[in-house]
Amino acid sequence: MSYDWIIKIVSDNWPMFIRGAVMTLYISIIGTIVGSIIGLLVGVVRSAPVPEHGVKRVLFKVVNAIFAMYIEFFRGTPMIVQAMVIYYGSALAFGIDMNRTFAALFIVSINTGAYMAEIVRGGIISVDKGQFEAAYATGMNHMQTMANVVLPQVIRNILPATGNEFVINIKDTSVLNVISVSELYFQTKSIAGNNFRYFESFFVACILYFIMTFTVTRILRFIERKIDGPENYIIYANQMQVATPEDMVARTKSANQY
Amino acid sequence: MEKLIDIQHLSKSFGTHEVLKDINFSVDKGEVVCIIGSSGSGKSTLLRCINLLEKPSGGQIIYKGENILDNRHDICTYRTKLGMVFQQFNLFNNHNALSNCMVGQMKVLKRSREEAQRVAMKYLQVVGMEQYINAKPKQLSGGQKQRVAIARALSMEPDVMLFDEPTSALDPEMVGEVLKVMKKLAKSGLTMLVVTHEMGFAKEVSDRVVFMDKGVIAEEGPPEQIFNNPQQERTREFLNRT
Ligand SMILES: Nc1ncnc2c1ncn2[C@@H]1O[C@H](COP(=O)(O)OP(=O)(O)O)[C@@H](O)[C@H]1O
Ligand SMILES: [Mg+2]
Repeated sequence: MSYDWIIKIVSDNWPMFIRGAVMTLYISIIGTIVGSIIGLLVGVVRSAPVPEHGVKRVLFKVVNAIFAMYIEFFRGTPMIVQAMVIYYGSALAFGIDMNRTFAALFIVSINTGAYMAEIVRGGIISVDKGQFEAAYATGMNHMQTMANVVLPQVIRNILPATGNEFVINIKDTSVLNVISVSELYFQTKSIAGNNFRYFESFFVACILYFIMTFTVTRILRFIERKIDGPENYIIYANQMQVATPEDMVARTKSANQY
Repeated sequence: MEKLIDIQHLSKSFGTHEVLKDINFSVDKGEVVCIIGSSGSGKSTLLRCINLLEKPSGGQIIYKGENILDNRHDICTYRTKLGMVFQQFNLFNNHNALSNCMVGQMKVLKRSREEAQRVAMKYLQVVGMEQYINAKPKQLSGGQKQRVAIARALSMEPDVMLFDEPTSALDPEMVGEVLKVMKKLAKSGLTMLVVTHEMGFAKEVSDRVVFMDKGVIAEEGPPEQIFNNPQQERTREFLNRT
């Protein structure tokens, strides 16, 4: 009976399942965060205004060409193949025996970065031109404009897409079993290899994957709502909570002035 | 009179399309100048050239005796001296009303948070928006947004305020509240350069009116001249149409 087997498999192997799930979460969390940072940096550079002349312009074009290649390459090849090439390639080329977990983090981060870079660039492009102009008109330079006005809006707008990448990462870390990273799929495979109950073992893994993705999705929704803030605002009637006595003085003065 | 901004032979082309041709005019300190003219005549482009949101194709912009188009000049510092109010408000969507008026002060002028807040509150009161400091732009009406936008520009304590059709995107019932604020500012002695279609406003508050047509200044003079006794046929035609 499958049902009894599932109970048995879980009670016999729960530490392995948990370790696998924790590893999966660990790789996908770090991969998503580092990938988002890479994506943010690359996306910001790629959408920056081209310098008008000189060495800066050439440098900018070169950097952008490299970034474009990076994005095309990592989006255009399967992660499972990238894992093999990077892990075995680094051993072959540099004689490094990469730590498997490090290799996993590296691959997922760099892969997520390629997707996030395009998501960020799209997010920046879709911010109203008026936002940039108002910031420039206030005297902000490009960096200040990005940091104080544009990126906060971009980050809010790409949060759903980032959550999506996170969910994809939770599922796709399973391909890292090809370089023997002890994530959930790899652990399940060893469990099933011992008991030969493939369906039941992987059914447990399936449930665990779903719990992880479902929880992550809920948490991100919650964060989105938090960032959006309250639906309504408070009108300050006569007493202003932010006002200090000096403000009151300033108020009467300025009222006279105009 | 001290010339604050002196524009000499300014031209601007987009590709082969010559939008501004040999513009010469100046704004004195404390003066209120209104720019009128039909749509597409280059009014916005002129204003945007003045604060370098568009790069002029030729000519000079002399600000307090210095040509700001030579490369040595720091554009960001120059822009802090000009307050800009846009037709589409362009409030920072990620900031509430108060912080819209503070962020430039803190990041560009490097004022402390306390100082920035004090100044922001002062100007939010001038525009009558001090009760809405917590509101995000999307929670405000058009007229309220524009008043916050004016307060944001004033908070930088600029030498001159540039307004690009500040009431054109507003529902008719909200035009009044914005014009009221602008009249108050004009009477306070603030230097203002206003692109507008509100002829009543231009008549009432301006020291000088500039009429633009097809990329050139067709006529310029005191409001009495422009509105009651225009010297140019083009001006007369335009005023008859509006
Ligand atoms: N970025 C641009 N690229 C090309 N043409 C432009 C651009 N901005 C404005 N124009 C053109 O310049 C002319 C003047 O525009 P504008 O200054 O906005 O006029 P106004 O504000 O008087 O209505 C118009 O013909 C417009 O199409
Ligand atoms: Mg215009």
